[in-house]
Amino acid sequence: MRESFIATTTELLDEDPRTALVLADISAESFAPARHRHPERVLNVGIREQLMASVAGGLALTGMRPYLHSYAPFAVDRAYEQLKLDLGHQDAGAVVVTIGGSYDASEEGYTHQSPGDVALLDTLEGWTIHVPGHHDEVPDMLRDAARHDDRVYVRLGVQENSRAHRDAGRLQALRRGKALVVAVGPMLDPVLEATTGLDVTVAYTNRPRPFDAEGLRALAGREVVLVEPYLAGTSAAAVSAALEGLPHRVLHLGVGRTEVRRYGSWRDHARAHGLDAPGLRASIVDFLG
Amino acid sequence: MTATAVLPDQLGPLLHRITGDEKHAPSAHSTLDVLWVLYDRVLRISPETVDAPDRDRFLLSKGHGPAAYYAVLAAKGFFPERWLDDLGGWDSPLGHHPDRVRIPGVEVGTGSLGHGLGLGVGVALGLRAQGYSRTRTFVLLGDAELDEGSNHEGIAYAAATRLPITAIVIDNQSSTHGWPGGIAARFPGWDTSVVNGRDRDRLERVLEPRHDRPNLIVATVERKGS
Repeated sequence: MRESFIATTTELLDEDPRTALVLADISAESFAPARHRHPERVLNVGIREQLMASVAGGLALTGMRPYLHSYAPFAVDRAYEQLKLDLGHQDAGAVVVTIGGSYDASEEGYTHQSPGDVALLDTLEGWTIHVPGHHDEVPDMLRDAARHDDRVYVRLGVQENSRAHRDAGRLQALRRGKALVVAVGPMLDPVLEATTGLDVTVAYTNRPRPFDAEGLRALAGREVVLVEPYLAGTSAAAVSAALEGLPHRVLHLGVGRTEVRRYGSWRDHARAHGLDAPGLRASIVDFLG
Repeated sequence: MTATAVLPDQLGPLLHRITGDEKHAPSAHSTLDVLWVLYDRVLRISPETVDAPDRDRFLLSKGHGPAAYYAVLAAKGFFPERWLDDLGGWDSPLGHHPDRVRIPGVEVGTGSLGHGLGLGVGVALGLRAQGYSRTRTFVLLGDAELDEGSNHEGIAYAAATRLPITAIVIDNQSSTHGWPGGIAARFPGWDTSVVNGRDRDRLERVLEPRHDRPNLIVATVERKGS
């Protein structure tokens, strides 16, 4: 996914003089050719994430369309107030593209992990959030974001589904049954495997904000399971609002709050959080009874 | 230092309208003379050009205590003087910290300290990238505000990239631990000058010239509360 981001953003820099890219060392090497061609629009501020976000705000105030990029824990957790004030409060927009959400940086430890990025952005107004499940879903997200000035978050991950589902901003039903299981981004393949043989609808989205409330109401029966690749329950308020007035039971699955003080691979952490196929199946079967 | 309270006649009454305080001397407003010199003699911006892409940019980072800023903007016609009579009211566009969305001529909404310089660096970069080489960017900070670490990210990066931006630090010695060795020493790679923040002619002389790298002006005024 990171490669798709680099290729598409490099193209955007070539095609549209409004595009700017602000980096804080992460991925700077990969953008060296673009920086060579557009030295005044490809800006590496060094290891200064607060400045990266503030600079994006300033660029937007002059009419440019800034993309900024780092690890999620630095671009969102660390620079949260800059996103809140130097973008939101200024009524300015930018495209924040991160890697290292949740436990992708498993071997780096908790300092390089952000399970709470989407929850943090949920406290702010007007963010569209993309969580691609496949690298071929990434270019459209970045290109669409170039055509307006709103605030956009693109969460690139190392875990990918076997095939892309483009145009999955709204919920796409991929399998039909009784209860509804919603998979966000890279949670789709494990959900499909986990629900094999179960009487469930599996719906997919790679754009959890704004949440497709209408689609959820249309697909939901009495039982809904939401599976997200970040903090469990991040979408609880959105789901509750969408299903207001409808009798229902909901199970929210995602990354737990307890810090897993182990290294290993993302697969190890997915297992630890019950987000691999066997873990998901156990939770879903238990919930559906 | 003696406060020279010689002000353009209209500013005193305007300040009184904001603060409701007849006794408070205009010199209590540390930023007043710098702001007046900027808007009266330096900045290429007027109520008619608030949206012109090549207008000079002034960013009040020290959004805290904006009475002098509001008085100067009203005196220069950016908004009606009657707005000054209802500071912080429900129907008032003027709050205790300025909001760019609500006040014509205000470039950034600030109040939380340590945001204006980073935004200003972005503005200056955006102007440079779009070829507005005549357009200047000014940011005004307070000496206590310099305590915020975010400023130091902007200071170092502006120096490294020779960004033509002007920062003005109003020094009324309000930083809790002070800046031993001087504020200018915290701006390596910048052109620096330290001037009397009440001497308008001197302020004009340091604000007017363009620099091909970042430029710091420390405007020294009376100690806060003195």
